[in-house]
Amino acid sequence: MFMPSQTNPYLFLFLLMAGAVLFAVAPLGIAWIWARKFSPNKPGEQKNAIYECGLESKGDAWVQFRSEYYLYAIIFLVFDVETVFLLPFAVSFAQLPVGAFVAMIIFLLLLAEGLVWAWQKGVLTWK
Amino acid sequence: MDEGLRSELSKQGIFTTTLEDLYNWGRKNSIWPLGFGLACCAIEMIATSMARYDLARFGAEVFRPSPRQADLMIVAGTVTKKMAPQVVRLYNQMPEPKYVIAMGACAISGGPFKQGYNVLKGIDRYIPVDIHIPGCPPRPEALLHALMTLQQKIDEQVLTGERRPRHLNADVPGEFPVPEYGEHDLVPTNNPDVWQPPALVRED
Repeated sequence: MFMPSQTNPYLFLFLLMAGAVLFAVAPLGIAWIWARKFSPNKPGEQKNAIYECGLESKGDAWVQFRSEYYLYAIIFLVFDVETVFLLPFAVSFAQLPVGAFVAMIIFLLLLAEGLVWAWQKGVLTWK
Repeated sequence: MDEGLRSELSKQGIFTTTLEDLYNWGRKNSIWPLGFGLACCAIEMIATSMARYDLARFGAEVFRPSPRQADLMIVAGTVTKKMAPQVVRLYNQMPEPKYVIAMGACAISGGPFKQGYNVLKGIDRYIPVDIHIPGCPPRPEALLHALMTLQQKIDEQVLTGERRPRHLNADVPGEFPVPEYGEHDLVPTNNPDVWQPPALVRED
């Protein structure tokens, strides 16, 4: 492409970008003008309703959840983190020095301690 | 624009159109139906949208899961009185311009279940129906024909003037009243602006 030496070599990038923005904004603008000119806005209670399934929404969305559920989150994390680290541990098990092995065992015991704590708290019993 | 001038220009390879024609041409070839079926007619509707009958030929294959994105409501099946308020509410939630095809004997009149205490005798008692298709169930060809008829109707709609459709008139309300569950029947039993019971005339 021929370009005079005094113009910025990145000028065509800006031109393309302007074209891209115009391409995105122009249809929206045309749609807006069209709606203003021809189609009157008719909002309504049902038209603006939250549900889109035909039923009316009942009650409030701001309900409280029981804070005891944090225990389930913690137990999930114990097993989740364990899984994440156990797989690379198992893959490179044969090449590991003794120090790394001991560190990993301590880490696992720390996680297991969390499980023991939850067990003692009675979380694992189904009520 | 003069028809003679238009045909003369088209012979020279110059295509002319009006804004209205262009708008309607775009609209009629991209009718997005609301994806909802009420009974067995929905199976035929699904068959119509599949490869053998191929609704996509008419640009109407994009079944939308939300009324906010749909142009066309295909009432496919028996409308029970339990379901009627939901159908009207969904219709109210669709953006203008919107159209309704009542598909099958049940949707247009109650069909074989007309005598049932729980069956609405035609969805046109509550919402304006553009196309009625008889049949139990109508074959996919009938639904395709209904769609083509609807395309014809859209093509003939005007943007301005007295003959413009109701949604372009700012004075006409946009929502239709939703019936409520009464003691024995829906209240009201029909929307008088849309449908009136036929008057019985006895000749003596």
